[in-house]
Amino acid sequence: MSDFEKRVVQARRKWNLIQESKIPVIYVGTATCGIAAGALDVVKSVRQTLKETGIKARLVQVGCIGPCYLEPLMDIVVPGRPRISYGPVNSRSARTIIERYLIEGNPASDLAVGHFSTNGNAPDSIPRFFDIPMLKPQVRVVLRNCGFIDPDDIDHYLANDGYRGLTKALGMTPEEVIAVVKEAGLRGRGGAGFPTFKKWEICRGAPGTTKYMICNSSEGDPGAFMNRALIESDPHCVLEGLLIAAYAIGADHGYIYINSDYLLAIARLKSAVKQMRQYGLLGQHILDSGFSFDVTIKEGAGAFVCGEETALIGSIEGRRGMPKARPPFPAIAGLFGKPTIINNVETLGTLPNIMRHGASWYRQFGIQGNYGTKTFSLVGKVRRGGLIEVPLGIKLREIIFDIGGGTWRKFKAVQTGGPSGGCLSEEFLDIQVAYESMTAAGSIMGSGGMIVMDEDTCAVDLALYFLNFTQKESCGKCSPCRVGTWQMVKILENIVKGQADSADIARLQTLAEAVQRVSLCGLGQTAPNPVLTTLRYFRGEYLQHVNEKYCAATICKELVEYFIEPGKCNGCQQCIRVCPTEAISGAKTEPHTIDLSRCIKCKACFEVCRFDPLAANAIVMRSERRAS
Amino acid sequence: MKSTMAVNQPGAQKVNDWTDILGDFKGVESDLIPILLRVQEGLGYISEEAVRCISLFLKLSENQIYGVASFYPKFRFSEPGAQKIKVCMGTACHVKGGHFLSDAVAWELGISIGQASADKRFDFQRATCLGCCTLAPVVQIDDRIHARVLVTQIKEILKKRE
Repeated sequence: MSDFEKRVVQARRKWNLIQESKIPVIYVGTATCGIAAGALDVVKSVRQTLKETGIKARLVQVGCIGPCYLEPLMDIVVPGRPRISYGPVNSRSARTIIERYLIEGNPASDLAVGHFSTNGNAPDSIPRFFDIPMLKPQVRVVLRNCGFIDPDDIDHYLANDGYRGLTKALGMTPEEVIAVVKEAGLRGRGGAGFPTFKKWEICRGAPGTTKYMICNSSEGDPGAFMNRALIESDPHCVLEGLLIAAYAIGADHGYIYINSDYLLAIARLKSAVKQMRQYGLLGQHILDSGFSFDVTIKEGAGAFVCGEETALIGSIEGRRGMPKARPPFPAIAGLFGKPTIINNVETLGTLPNIMRHGASWYRQFGIQGNYGTKTFSLVGKVRRGGLIEVPLGIKLREIIFDIGGGTWRKFKAVQTGGPSGGCLSEEFLDIQVAYESMTAAGSIMGSGGMIVMDEDTCAVDLALYFLNFTQKESCGKCSPCRVGTWQMVKILENIVKGQADSADIARLQTLAEAVQRVSLCGLGQTAPNPVLTTLRYFRGEYLQHVNEKYCAATICKELVEYFIEPGKCNGCQQCIRVCPTEAISGAKTEPHTIDLSRCIKCKACFEVCRFDPLAANAIVMRSERRAS
Repeated sequence: MKSTMAVNQPGAQKVNDWTDILGDFKGVESDLIPILLRVQEGLGYISEEAVRCISLFLKLSENQIYGVASFYPKFRFSEPGAQKIKVCMGTACHVKGGHFLSDAVAWELGISIGQASADKRFDFQRATCLGCCTLAPVVQIDDRIHARVLVTQIKEILKKRE
C-alpha cells in the first residue's frame, strides 16, 4: 500500500470517529458570512454551555452550507440519530437548543431547519434539510463538502474521496485528462464560458518547458462571494483542481491570485498548502509519479481589472494591473513570457469531480452545450439569500422564486454578472440560465453574482452605481474606457439629479455603444452593459427622471422629499430626536412638520418612524411628477 | 514568517529596520506588491521612507514604486486613524441603502471617504464588498461586522466606540 493510501485509511478512521461518535457532535458554520452573522458568539456560547452543564460533546467548525439567510447555523448529531440543523441561532438560543436536546432529549423541532437523515430515523416534525424550498432545486457538485468538512483538516477532505480525482488523472496521460474535460463540456466558470479544454490544449502544445498554472480568485465583483465561500469551506477541492490542470498543461509551478481582503480564505489556503506538503501532494514526484508541482499564494491589492487575464499577470509580475492587447494569448505567452493558463476557482473546484466520476456523469447536469452546475450568490431584495449551486439550464424564475422565495415587494429586475452584466426585467424570468441565452438577453452569465431587485430599486440609480464602480476601476490605459465611462457617469448624474433633457439619453446610448465597441479589454467592453440593459428594459424610468423629474422608487435623493402625513403623525417626537439638522419641529402629541430647506435627506427620521414602537409610520419619502 | 516588532504595531511612526521585512524576499520585481502589502499591514500606510527603502532593495525608481502602488486601491499614503470604519459599497448593500450609511458616517465624523478624523481616532474607508451580502447593508468597524445597519444606529455604534 502506498503512503498516500495509508494516509487515506487513517483519514477515514479519523472521519468515522466523528461520524460514529459516542458523544454528541455540534457543528457551527464559521465562514465569513456566518462569522458576520455572529457564529463566533455561538461557538463561545456552545463552549460555555458545555462547560457549565458538564455535557460531553464535540465541537466542529465547518464552512458555509449555503442558506446564508439562516446564518448562523448550528447542527447537532446525537449518537444514533440524524444530524439536525438549527438556524438562525444566537448565543441564547444555542444554549436553549443544547439544553433541550442534549439534556431533555427533545430535538427542539420548533427551532430546527432540517435534518440530514437518509434512513428515515428523524422526527416527523422536522423536514429533510435538502428538501426545504431553498435547497430542493439545487444540485451540489462543487459545493458538495461545504458545511460538512472541517476546511482546516486535510483528513476530512481525504476521507470524502479527496485527491481521488488527482490520483485518477495521474494514472492517465495529460492528453487523456484534456480529453475527459473536453468530453465533459466544462466551460470557464469565471464568466466568459470559454471551453476549458481548448485553452489547455493550446498551452499544452505551446513550445517551452516552463509553463504556469494560475488560479484566479481575484473576485472583484461587488455582490459576489462564491469563490471566497468555496475556498473558505473546501480549499482542497480548489487545490486539487489546480494540480489536475497543471498536470494536464505540463506546468510545474502555480499561483493562486487572491484578493488580499479575503483574510480567512487566505489563512485556510495557507494551512491547506502546508498540509499538502506534509502529505506529499506538493513538491517533487507527487504521489510517486513523474509530476512535480509547487504553488505560491499571491495576494492582489484590490483592483477589479485584475480579474482580466493579462492584467492579473501584470499584477503578479509586480506591475500595474493593466491589460495588454491580445494576441499573444496567455496560453502562448503569459506570466514572465511563458505559456500560462488562468482558470477560475469554480472551474478548478469542478475538476476533481469530473475526474473522479467521469465526463458522462458530469454531463447529466445541465443542458446541451451548457453542461454541469454553476454557483451563484443570490442576494439583494430576495427572501432567502445565500450561496447556491444549480444545474445550468434552470430558469431564472426557479432561482429567484423557488430557491430565493421571491421578493417582499413586487419583483422588478435581476442583475447578473456584476458590473459587467446587465439588468433583466420580468419578461426574462423564463429564460434558461446558460451562457448563450443570458448573452442574447443583453446580460451575461458572469462569475455568479445575482442581485434581485424589487420596485423600491431605481434602475437609473443602479446603472449609475455600476458605472461609478467601473469608472473608478478603469485602469486608464485606453481612452474609450477612461474618458467614456467618466462622461457616462456625468450624464447619469445629471439624470438622477433631474438636470438632464431627453437628448442626454440619446447621447448616453451613443456613448455607451461606442465604449462597448472600442475599449481594449473586457472591463471597458462590458462596462456599458448595466446602462444599455436598463436603457433597453427600463427606458420609461429614464424618461420619468428626465421629463417629469420623477423617481418612482424614491431613491434619487434630489428628486425626493420627506413629508409627514399629518393625519398619521402622533407627535411622538422620536424623529426630532434623531434629526441631525433640527429640520423637524412640533409639540408633543401634535403633528410634526419638516423644514425642507434644512433637510439633508439622511433617512434617519424615516427609519425611526417606521421602526420605533412609539412612532406611527407617518413619514414618507415622495417624488412628485413635475411637467417639464 | 518573521517581521519586525516596529512594523507590527499599527500606526507606528518610525520604522528603523526594514531588513526583517525585506529579508523575506528575493529582491525581484515581482516582490514589489507583496512587500507593499507587508509594509501597509505593519505601518498602516506606505510611507515615503518605505518607498525609499524598497527602491534601494528592488533597484526600482521611487517613481516606479509610486506608479504601481497608486494603481491599487488597497494602498494608501497617509497615516490611518486608529479605528477603521468601512462602509460596504457592494451591490447588495447599495440596493439596501448602504449609501445612506456612508453619508451618516461622513456627517457624524465630519470627514469624507478615504480620510481620517483630525484626532486620528477614526478612519473612514469604503469597502468594495465585504462578502456578507445577505446581511446587507453592513458596516465593518475594525474586525467586527455590523449587519443590517440602520442610519439611526450609526450614531450609537460610533458613540459606543468613543
